[in-house]
Amino acid sequence: MRKHALGCTVNDEPVEVLVQPYDTLLDALREELRLTGPKEGCGTGDCGACTVHLDGKPVASCLVLAMQARGRAVRTIEGLAKSGDLHPLQDAFVRHGVPQCGFCIPGVLMAAAAVLADHPRPTEAQIRYGIAGNLCRCTGYTKMITAIAEAAAAAPAARS
Amino acid sequence: MRRFELAVPQKIEECLAVLAQRGPDARVVAGGTDLLPQLKNHLLKPACVIDLSGLADLRVLERDSGRGFRIGAAVTARALEQHAGIRAAYPALAESAALVGSVQIRNLATLGGNMCNAAPSADMAPPLMALEAEAVIAGPRGRRRVPVTEFFVGVHRTVLAPDELLLEFTVPAPVPRGGGSYLRHTPRRELDIAVVGVASEVVLTDGVCGTARIALAAVAPTPVRATAAEQALVGQPLTPAAIERASELAVQAARPIDDQRGSAEFRRHLVRVLTRRTLTRALQRASGGS
Repeated sequence: MRKHALGCTVNDEPVEVLVQPYDTLLDALREELRLTGPKEGCGTGDCGACTVHLDGKPVASCLVLAMQARGRAVRTIEGLAKSGDLHPLQDAFVRHGVPQCGFCIPGVLMAAAAVLADHPRPTEAQIRYGIAGNLCRCTGYTKMITAIAEAAAAAPAARS
Repeated sequence: MRRFELAVPQKIEECLAVLAQRGPDARVVAGGTDLLPQLKNHLLKPACVIDLSGLADLRVLERDSGRGFRIGAAVTARALEQHAGIRAAYPALAESAALVGSVQIRNLATLGGNMCNAAPSADMAPPLMALEAEAVIAGPRGRRRVPVTEFFVGVHRTVLAPDELLLEFTVPAPVPRGGGSYLRHTPRRELDIAVVGVASEVVLTDGVCGTARIALAAVAPTPVRATAAEQALVGQPLTPAAIERASELAVQAARPIDDQRGSAEFRRHLVRVLTRRTLTRALQRASGGS
């Protein structure tokens, strides 16, 4: 099979990697770029553990062919925090002890970041709707919702 | 995942050329949310996959000259859910889009993909059928238009030939004193597949029902219109009794099966209930409510 050259940005850095035509974006991130924050849970879009942002929108990276990301902006959990500090969501997750086994957390955080981008002051219903695509089998949803709401409340009113 | 070659056309003509050459061995991918699980589970074994993400024309979402909408085949469910013009003009379609998968799925899943996958339970199919939208299809002999009511021919089967590409849907302009609604039943609120879905559209003319269109999902091999129920409403005041009678008639269009999602009997019950609720909601909207 002929490999394809994938050019895109990942966490604001331009990258070019060779991928198989049948590689998913998740495969490329984990195997080629060694960004192992996004996880493969189900591989069929049901669990949300592979959630990354594609052009700012949360997607299941296990359902995106790597080459479909050409020319686009990918952000993974590794690129959520800016300048070494934890993102407010990460900080709130740590303080509330949200992670149990931790497998779902990178995906949940990316979904939560998208909720806050759409709704800087989300209602509980908006938070629940926004993370409905993320399964946590430790069932730590209650603390997640508390932490997301707290991170939103702590942010300045005008969010860029 | 099973191995395949990947074509990345940048123009519709290039895509059609690949389809002409590889048609029966090829599958197009837009959002991938239906195709990739089928590839991973070896339910489909194409030698060639054609990525449509380079075809900007498939993402058109704008008013047409007749004040209806052109909706490109690769417009995502999320875009439809959030588009102010679509929500105002076709609330049933926006409602159905908002029910697809999760946010992560809706940012990928496309209207054309939902239609071309042709699941009996496709959520966005009943609103498009009730709105009497048309599919615009490109092929080696030019373009053709197919009413959405004639688009499906069986479970996972459509009128598309292997060398054809679905480009977009055209949806007629919303009518004054018209309203629509889509509801489905699922055991879970999110990330589930309709046990039954119903879309209703009504237009009021001089205080009575001028037009009624009802479409059902997950009760037959393809989404279907409930024509007997529609005809019973035309010319009638939309009283609760008339709506109840139409809901009974809608059951006639259903040929449901028993499966793990629900029994045939339960599905017939749901057709009755959801037809009543969607007609009632459509009437409220036609009367100026939201």
